[in-house]
Amino acid sequence: MSAEKFDMGNIDIAWCPGCGNFSILDVLKDALSELEIAPKDLVLVSGIGQAAKIPHYLKTNFFNGLHGRALSPATAIKASNPSLTVIAESGDGDMYGEGGNHFIHTIRRNPNITNIVHDNMVYGLTKGQASPTSRRGFKTGVQINGVVLEPFNPLAVAIGLDAGFVARTSITDKELTKDIIKQAVEHNGYALVDLLQPCPSFNKVNNYKWFKENTYRLEDSHDPSDRDKAFSLACKKDKLPMGVLYKSQEKPSFEENISAGPEPLYENRLDTDKLDSLIQSFA
Amino acid sequence: MNALRDKNAGVSIVLCGQAGQGIQTVEKLLTSILKASGWNVFATKEYMSRIRGGTNSTLIRAGAGPVRSFINRIDVLAALDKSAGGHLAKRISPHTLIMGEKEVLEGFGDKGSFFEAGFSQAAKDLGGKVYANTVAVGALLRLLGIPAEKGKEPLEKFFAGKSDEIIEKNQQALKKGFEMAEKPAEDFGAGLKLSGEPDVQGKMLVNGAQAVGLGALAGGCNFISSYPMSPSTAVLAFLAQQGGQFGLLAEQAEDEIAAVNMAIGAWYAGARAMITTSGGGFALMGEGVSLAGMMESPLVMHAAQRPGPATGLPTRTEQGDLELALYSGHGEFPRIILAPGTLSEAFSLAKKAFNLADKYQVPVIILTDQYFMDSYYNTETFSLDGLDNSPHITETDKDYLRYRLTENGISPRGVPGFGDGLVCQDSDEHDEQGRITEDLELRVKMNDKRLKKLEAAKADYVQPSLEGAEDYENLIICWGSNYNIVKEAIELSERGDTAMLHFSQVYPTPEDALAAIKKAKKTAVLENNATGQFAKLLKLQLDFEPDEKILKYDGLPFAADTLSEKINEMF
Repeated sequence: MSAEKFDMGNIDIAWCPGCGNFSILDVLKDALSELEIAPKDLVLVSGIGQAAKIPHYLKTNFFNGLHGRALSPATAIKASNPSLTVIAESGDGDMYGEGGNHFIHTIRRNPNITNIVHDNMVYGLTKGQASPTSRRGFKTGVQINGVVLEPFNPLAVAIGLDAGFVARTSITDKELTKDIIKQAVEHNGYALVDLLQPCPSFNKVNNYKWFKENTYRLEDSHDPSDRDKAFSLACKKDKLPMGVLYKSQEKPSFEENISAGPEPLYENRLDTDKLDSLIQSFA
Repeated sequence: MNALRDKNAGVSIVLCGQAGQGIQTVEKLLTSILKASGWNVFATKEYMSRIRGGTNSTLIRAGAGPVRSFINRIDVLAALDKSAGGHLAKRISPHTLIMGEKEVLEGFGDKGSFFEAGFSQAAKDLGGKVYANTVAVGALLRLLGIPAEKGKEPLEKFFAGKSDEIIEKNQQALKKGFEMAEKPAEDFGAGLKLSGEPDVQGKMLVNGAQAVGLGALAGGCNFISSYPMSPSTAVLAFLAQQGGQFGLLAEQAEDEIAAVNMAIGAWYAGARAMITTSGGGFALMGEGVSLAGMMESPLVMHAAQRPGPATGLPTRTEQGDLELALYSGHGEFPRIILAPGTLSEAFSLAKKAFNLADKYQVPVIILTDQYFMDSYYNTETFSLDGLDNSPHITETDKDYLRYRLTENGISPRGVPGFGDGLVCQDSDEHDEQGRITEDLELRVKMNDKRLKKLEAAKADYVQPSLEGAEDYENLIICWGSNYNIVKEAIELSERGDTAMLHFSQVYPTPEDALAAIKKAKKTAVLENNATGQFAKLLKLQLDFEPDEKILKYDGLPFAADTLSEKINEMF
């Protein structure tokens, strides 16, 4: 299947020149077409922010909802129609800040969705404030003396909660990113892809050069089923490992745990005989 | 004092004690026996926000004719705890027969008539104090003049699943209580006489929460996501318990924000979804109401009101969230607010809510309250005749436009995966396809399109109901759970010049109602809040102002008997 299937043609894109989102969009289209997913069977769910605009630049079904809330409708969409491929994709502010509570509980719930987080360590849409993943000392118009908070560690949190698929990649490594997205979509259950990305307009510290110098690919010998090892890798602060840190297929997905069955709920018709006998039971 | 003589018209029994003392056991057992004996029954409770202890009371009414509302009068008080005397002081009259253990009765002074009953000792003789409540039920049956045998079957049903020994001991406990009340029953002239053998056995006995839950099922609800909050949780629990056999998915969300966003996501994928909450949870859902408005997503929201602001009185009742429902969510978009007055209406309106939401692609809010949730009475069995849940979704083609501009503002709604089209829903202002736009002319068109749907929805207005005198001079206007209370109050007042106009659709307010209102010489709006929220809405919608407002906001419902006195003073 050709990636052109997802092309919107000649449209006005609201991202800044040089934004990492352009490459992410290309890689996503490639990954989805290589997985042979048809646009009509895919739903992209996003919140608010620059990354959250991604569904608008891709030809598919989408639900571009509220700030921080992508994971809640994504969970419900998948549960209501398990035959759809559901990807919740937004930025670090959306997923880890505004949506932090949903991030935690979605991992616990384990819906069969892919969660791609564009992590540029800064708020782009509101023009340059600290995000939950901004490094300490990062100076902004609000954090004038530099960020004093410890950065949020999505990978350690996800592994701590025993998410079944936890990966980090950087758009500076497109090949790895595409491979990881494909693996994440194919994973049965919740899959987190923390996707590092430069923001040339508002993050002058964590730029292309910084990501290249401060990340490394996990070696092929890494065993992703080793949770303790994955956790210690997730906690590394000096150089950031990239790849599938942790993978486990032991837990059933949310849809497998609930009773609604594989049929989409729009085909669910009320059994009036059953309801009638339920009503009669109150007599 | 003959507390129960000549009470053929109906009797009011109040059980009062601490949470955890088994009031609910007595309530359930007694109402089922009363109903099985051919009596119309009603029960409601008021309780403190605590799991054990405190002082709570349950009112049980039995009557030959329909009994469906709260009254202040107490004919028989089963006091299970010393605090009952203080708790119910204002409701005890010289005609109240108070039954209880010796030390409990000491707390009452010399008000009322007393029946000293050794429930605990009788239970101990049978082998354990767990039987005390059944002993009390037996005594109440004797006081009401209902044969002990009538309790046999309901008792077996109630304790179904327990051992034969436990069932047998409870049968003995019931008999023991019955015998214990033999003398007081003679002394107090107790006993009801059925006038006209009402046919109530076959009718349903449900509470407000069950009626809303059954209505939701009838409306095709197959998804509920909510965060537990009194007094709305019973609807979530009911649907979770019945969900399996109807293919309904019930999820307890991590918070109300997740709950409402899940419900909107579920509708997007083709489910019929609802949330249930109370004011505090609804406040958190405001962003979701607004999202549904912009996305033109159907959404069914049930809010069981309780007094606020903030955590307020968590287990009490109020109609204080009408304005919250009306104005929740930012921006301008249509919504529909329903407020059932009776249990059968709760069933029919909950059912209708799903079809309205689906048809007009707007949030539909059902407003009930704690009093409504926790009250139950026997009513006509809910009927599924004429049920039409035809889904308002369309199979899409490749040129499908989710927000196509149409004459009446309603765009055909597709769901992803059904047809060849793409379904794009956005919280930003969008074009017909659903994609972000800053075309400001299109913004105006889209806003007009959304607002237009409210005009179309007039076709489905739920008209208010008029009860009482046909040639009325005085009119009491009310909404929601006050239906039966006001109806009975007018009956008790025996005024041939007074009627009630009850609104079950509060917003948009049916304009035809104005004719009925203008017919009256004097009008009063009655509601369970301090500022007359519905009266304000009537001014806004119909440019009408009542002569009087009857407002109550102490956390308790109106009482039909005290309200009837008020009617006689007022008109």
